[in-house]
Amino acid sequence: MSGSSEQTNCALHLELASNLDSVDQAEEKALEIAAQCGVGEDELHRVGMSVREAMVNAVVHGNKYNRHKKVLFRVETSPHSMIVIICDEGNGFDPDQVPDPNEGENVLRQSGRGIMLIRAFMDDYVVRRRSGGGTEVKLVKKIGQSG
Amino acid sequence: MSVSVTTRQVGDVSVLDVAGRITLGEGSSTLRESLRAVTVVRDAKILLNLEEVTYIDSSGIGELVSGFTNLHEMGGQLKLLKLTKRVRDLLQITKLYTVFEVFDDEATAIRSFH
Repeated sequence: MSGSSEQTNCALHLELASNLDSVDQAEEKALEIAAQCGVGEDELHRVGMSVREAMVNAVVHGNKYNRHKKVLFRVETSPHSMIVIICDEGNGFDPDQVPDPNEGENVLRQSGRGIMLIRAFMDDYVVRRRSGGGTEVKLVKKIGQSG
Repeated sequence: MSVSVTTRQVGDVSVLDVAGRITLGEGSSTLRESLRAVTVVRDAKILLNLEEVTYIDSSGIGELVSGFTNLHEMGGQLKLLKLTKRVRDLLQITKLYTVFEVFDDEATAIRSFH
């Protein structure tokens, strides 16, 4: 599921409600696992924030707070990486179509910075449509390279 | 811990001491309401002290930008005081560091409004 040839272990798999408590819970769990993997303090903050932004996208923009829709939250680890997979039941989006928040007048827009921050903070960010509907995003943090 | 905002007046400058987490939900809405409360007058001068802010997400950044643009449209000014390294890094990544006037010293910041 990681898309990598490296063997990974599932450290956590949760089915979460589409609300902001789930965002907090996912961030907290991801931070716990990242710390166990030896991610340094500055990088921990970046991992936590990336998970928060991706979870907000799933809850707010994907599932639109719909209480009948769930967010699947999965964390896989290997000796060299931590992989966070977040799946929603929304209509999907193309991250390349999201306007660059650092471009021209977009700098003064109130929203639209989440994906840019994830890309800045994580080593890889992949978005794909799920076969059964919804969107899957995968965040990868390499371990032992920084922080 | 969410966010707390304490407003004090230094001359004609409203200083908002912000502490805690400014994230989507209670954190960002508290900051939004606090800014609205001091933006009602024209030409408002607002200094946002972020020294005790431990965390800010893209929603919180959005509230800072919204406060800045709303004030600007009303002839007012919003400036930032005492950024933590993490907040400073975020403003640099989002290119907002060149948009906001940022100060490390309150007295200097207050004088800059006049």
